[in-house]
Amino acid sequence: MTKLRVWWPPLSALAAVAVDLWLSNSSRQPSVRHPFLLYCLLAAAAALGLLAAFGRRCPRLAAWLENKAVFYGTALLALNTYNLATKKLALLPAIFFPAPDRVIGVLALDWRYLLFDCLWSSAKLLFSGFLAGAAAGLVTGVAVGFSKRAGYWVNPLIRTIGPIPSTAWIPIVLVAFPTTFLGGAFLIALAVWFPTTVMTSSGIANVQNAFFEVSSTLGADRRYQIFHVGIPAAMPFIFIGLFTGSCSSFITLMTAEMLGVKNGIGWYINWQREMLSYANVYAGLIIVAASFFVLITLLFKLRDYVLVWQKGVIKW
Amino acid sequence: MVMPGNFPRAGNGTDGDGLGEIRAENVVKAFRHHDGTEVAALSGVELRVRAGEFVSLIGPSGCGKSTLLRLIAGLIQPNSGRLSIDGAEIAGPDWEKGLVFQNPLLFPWMNIRDNVAFGLRARKVYRERKNEVETFLKLVGLEKFGRSYPHQLSGGMAQRASLARALVNRPRVLLMDEPLGALDAFTRMNMQDEILRIWRERKTTMVMVTHDVDEALYLSDRVVVMSPGPGRIDTAIYIPFSRPRARSDPDFLHLRATILKILNFGGQSREPNYQI
Repeated sequence: MTKLRVWWPPLSALAAVAVDLWLSNSSRQPSVRHPFLLYCLLAAAAALGLLAAFGRRCPRLAAWLENKAVFYGTALLALNTYNLATKKLALLPAIFFPAPDRVIGVLALDWRYLLFDCLWSSAKLLFSGFLAGAAAGLVTGVAVGFSKRAGYWVNPLIRTIGPIPSTAWIPIVLVAFPTTFLGGAFLIALAVWFPTTVMTSSGIANVQNAFFEVSSTLGADRRYQIFHVGIPAAMPFIFIGLFTGSCSSFITLMTAEMLGVKNGIGWYINWQREMLSYANVYAGLIIVAASFFVLITLLFKLRDYVLVWQKGVIKW
Repeated sequence: MVMPGNFPRAGNGTDGDGLGEIRAENVVKAFRHHDGTEVAALSGVELRVRAGEFVSLIGPSGCGKSTLLRLIAGLIQPNSGRLSIDGAEIAGPDWEKGLVFQNPLLFPWMNIRDNVAFGLRARKVYRERKNEVETFLKLVGLEKFGRSYPHQLSGGMAQRASLARALVNRPRVLLMDEPLGALDAFTRMNMQDEILRIWRERKTTMVMVTHDVDEALYLSDRVVVMSPGPGRIDTAIYIPFSRPRARSDPDFLHLRATILKILNFGGQSREPNYQI
């Protein structure tokens, strides 16, 4: 049974090829220049077929394939079903639910514009905001964690400004900042700053006092304790703050681009929606999903690298 | 446990190298509760620990033995009285008073070598004294575990690493608060020999809090018996036996019985302190 399982994805891909090739198209879906879905499905069927035939020679690949085969096969079936419901039978309103051919077509023909103009512009905005917010969050978090006086002044600020979703500031920020880029970066920074500050300061508050006592009997002064005991010990908390912050930064980025910033992938999605080009909207969404997936994966890798000492201690 | 070879005994000019003499003169310490009431932890404690001496503080819980240790470490300040090392008043915690807790408290984000190197780095003398990290890892038999992380070590190994971390600074005195309290009986006896060997090797002044009479007798030059309510020093008993000591020697057992009697566990029934 497990041996047959690996053939499920290529068979599912071939079934989708058959449906796309031999069933007649509905006239209600606009046609495209090339059968893009067919190319993709053929490539997938070939690749997955080769994997199923020769994958077991490499034990790690075989284990991965056995685990994931059912998922990929079923995902292809879902794609096949969607293709059937749109391109072939037009069961869903054609304007809001474009055939996969059209979405892939946008990606295949417009990828330069999507990546080098829209995504690049979004990335600049996201990274400037994220880095500024994370840096500011670390500084305020450490200050509040170690200094009572900093807590006295900053804590009320955190409690009042922190819980306001940063997108609620859009009406003010877009007017107050000289450029929409600066305004958007500020909003993203704000969205990252709050969770980073809160998690950093509570991480430091949760460090066992005994660690500070031990380090003081080893000759560490206050400054050395902050950087070599407090912050490293609070790192697991700081990463939780950064993860929360990155999720809210994605939300803020998309909202800011849809509401004010005049470029970027969020703006592109909104612009295409207004033009009722839903194939482009879906293409934009796919790019957003892929980029955020990559960013979160990189953040996880960074965490695994920094918190290697935690292996077997905490899992989340 | 492998006996390593010779270790450098002479420190450089700046370090104490275990020659500290501790004096406590009429030390009083009280803690304030949340409701404002004060509880006396120590009343008028007089203690003198000679340079290179091994002293155990023993007594029931609440007798202030850990408080006395924390006062010597400089982690807390006395309400009145004077505490000094080699005549200089103790102002706060620093590397001259090494402290080892019951919990090894190794920094979990550093490997064992970096843990041991912590003191040298914090004092900015690491570059000149790098090789001492290996010397002290070897002293506690962990030379092969420098790159391991604390969670990969057993309790006994972690406690040895924590001893090395305190000793690499060559403190004037080494203070230990129930250092072996969390270990099983066998590891404990091994570690007692280990501490003894390190003490003879380095001749550091050592003060150890324990509530194990056998441990105190096995290790110490002098056992200081403390009693609670408020904490004070009851008696100090010199242990005249040469080392290594046999735990089942009749003289050893006799002294054990004496100390247990002072601690009120002598076997003869006495009036209980309270009645239910």
